[in-house]
Amino acid sequence: MFSVILSTASKYLLPLLLIFSFFLLLRGHNEPGGGFVGGLVAAAAYALYFIGNGVGEAEKLLKVEPIKLIAVGLLIALLSTIPSLFVGKDFMTGIWLKNNFPVVGKVGTPLLFDVGVYLLVLGISLKIIFSLAEEDK
Amino acid sequence: MEQIIILPIIIPLFFAVVMLLFWNKVHLHKYLNLISGLTSLIVSVIILSFTISYKIISLQVGGWVAPFGITVVSDLLSSVMVVITAIIGFSTALYSIGTIDNQREKYLYYPLLQFLLMGINGAFLTGDVFNLYVWFEVMLISSFVLLALGGRRGQLEGAIKYVTLNLLSSAIFLAAVGILYGIAGTLNIADLARKIPLIDQKELLSVVSILFMVAFGIKAAVFPLFFWLPASYHTPPVAVSAIFSGLLTKVGVYALIRFFTMIFTHDIGFTHTILLVSSALTMLTGVLGAAAQNDFRKILSFHIISQIGYMILGLALFSPLAIAGAIFYIIHHIIVKTNLFFVSGVVKRLKGSYLLNEVGGVYKYYPMLGLLFLIPALSLAGIPPLSGFWAKFVVIKAGLDLNQYLVVAVALIVGLLTLFSMTKIWNEVFWKDDPSGDNKNVNEMYESLTTTKKFMMYSPIVFLALITIIIGFYAEPFFTIANDAATQLLDSSLYINSVLGLK
Repeated sequence: MFSVILSTASKYLLPLLLIFSFFLLLRGHNEPGGGFVGGLVAAAAYALYFIGNGVGEAEKLLKVEPIKLIAVGLLIALLSTIPSLFVGKDFMTGIWLKNNFPVVGKVGTPLLFDVGVYLLVLGISLKIIFSLAEEDK
Repeated sequence: MEQIIILPIIIPLFFAVVMLLFWNKVHLHKYLNLISGLTSLIVSVIILSFTISYKIISLQVGGWVAPFGITVVSDLLSSVMVVITAIIGFSTALYSIGTIDNQREKYLYYPLLQFLLMGINGAFLTGDVFNLYVWFEVMLISSFVLLALGGRRGQLEGAIKYVTLNLLSSAIFLAAVGILYGIAGTLNIADLARKIPLIDQKELLSVVSILFMVAFGIKAAVFPLFFWLPASYHTPPVAVSAIFSGLLTKVGVYALIRFFTMIFTHDIGFTHTILLVSSALTMLTGVLGAAAQNDFRKILSFHIISQIGYMILGLALFSPLAIAGAIFYIIHHIIVKTNLFFVSGVVKRLKGSYLLNEVGGVYKYYPMLGLLFLIPALSLAGIPPLSGFWAKFVVIKAGLDLNQYLVVAVALIVGLLTLFSMTKIWNEVFWKDDPSGDNKNVNEMYESLTTTKKFMMYSPIVFLALITIIIGFYAEPFFTIANDAATQLLDSSLYINSVLGLK
């Protein structure tokens, strides 16, 4: 069932929701939010787009396969544990850069880990959604 | 130096991630899997040698101090289990190359195997009850998929039973974790070991300990909670049932040993008597169930149960020697049982069936395979001088020391019946003539294998058989390690001091 309203609205909502998901991701360390919620919101954005425009369009828009997102997300999360070893601290200890950056705020390995979680959640949700959608056809 | 003990968890994760990154280059997966197995083996042996020389190594992940953060601990028991896991992981990697079909490889068989190993290593190394639950879940979810992968009718039937009972066990486990936290206010194993003796509500503690016993009992397939095991273990490909039979139930046994030596020792007369009774019944029902079976892998599955009984017996007797025996038994059993499953897979390829009345005559043209079967089979039954003899000997000696003549008698009878089962397999599969009348009759599944694949199939069998022989003829160092591990478990002060940083 194709709906012009949903299709048009989802095209405008997608960037907005993605921006919101980034906001949640960056807000996450000390306040409610974080990679998990951010990833879910981003997945919801793509899911909405797929409902409006079909799974083929949504996959085209995403450009990468969801499973790659899963792998890259896990890899980033894994890499974020390495710096702690070089500083000689316990495994996975959070290492923060001294200066604050505009927009992003404090930058450190926990943020990197959160980015990994974000991609992982996005990838897994989309993998599940797309698989179910393709099953339906 | 202590950072190294996180590696058995990180290495499988890293290789699984790399495989996922190149998920469509399936032919690379098997080699990555093999490299991962080899690296894990090397790292785990280094960890074991560190643990032997420095006693107990603990790591506070993220630098958060002990009772609050995530604790990873490697005492002797943990590091021995990690080494065994690595040995089995490596052997299964080899065997998988020889036997796993393209379809399964395409559906991410190898990354799942890595996640499974990560979960198992995590469960062995964690120093925290809640993290233990999490690692159990990592392990179980991977095992669910591995069991169902391929989607044949029998497999799905087995998987439903396996998943349902394991989810039930996880629910009980989680409830028990919650109640324990409510009573003790901590879930760090070292902290629990310190605080449990100070708690007044002994009745409530006994209730929680029984909840844990049931949860781990389901996972370890202890009487009367074992029904899922023979219903599911014979359904997936051999490489999968081999790693399951070797490692998964033993994670349950490990958790039982950890909990009922370090944490719940407030009422040994109550908890350990239950364990003692159930161990005797586990041995008996397992071996009698096996005697009634006519399927190679089902016989082996029932024997897992009966052998679990010996390990629980060691724990239930609760003397230093008995627990050392239980640990030695685990070491011996994992290697032997995995190997027997590997052999069953080769026989299936040769003769096209697991059913004993449909195969035969293997010995005539493949005498070496017969020998490779006999080593683990006789070791399982406890024939000297193989590893199973020493394992049974220690447990039974401990039973005699404590005047538990009834369970000792059960253990001895079960040993005899095990020998009966193994002889049955020997007679049916290797000795009697092939039912088609032609012993040369070889299934095309075997003939179509390339020499490399055959090598990959036989090499882990030879490797594990060698380890069995080494443990048998050179048991002293292995027993010393098991004995020291038991001492560390019974005197938890070393563990507590290492984790909580008390001097």
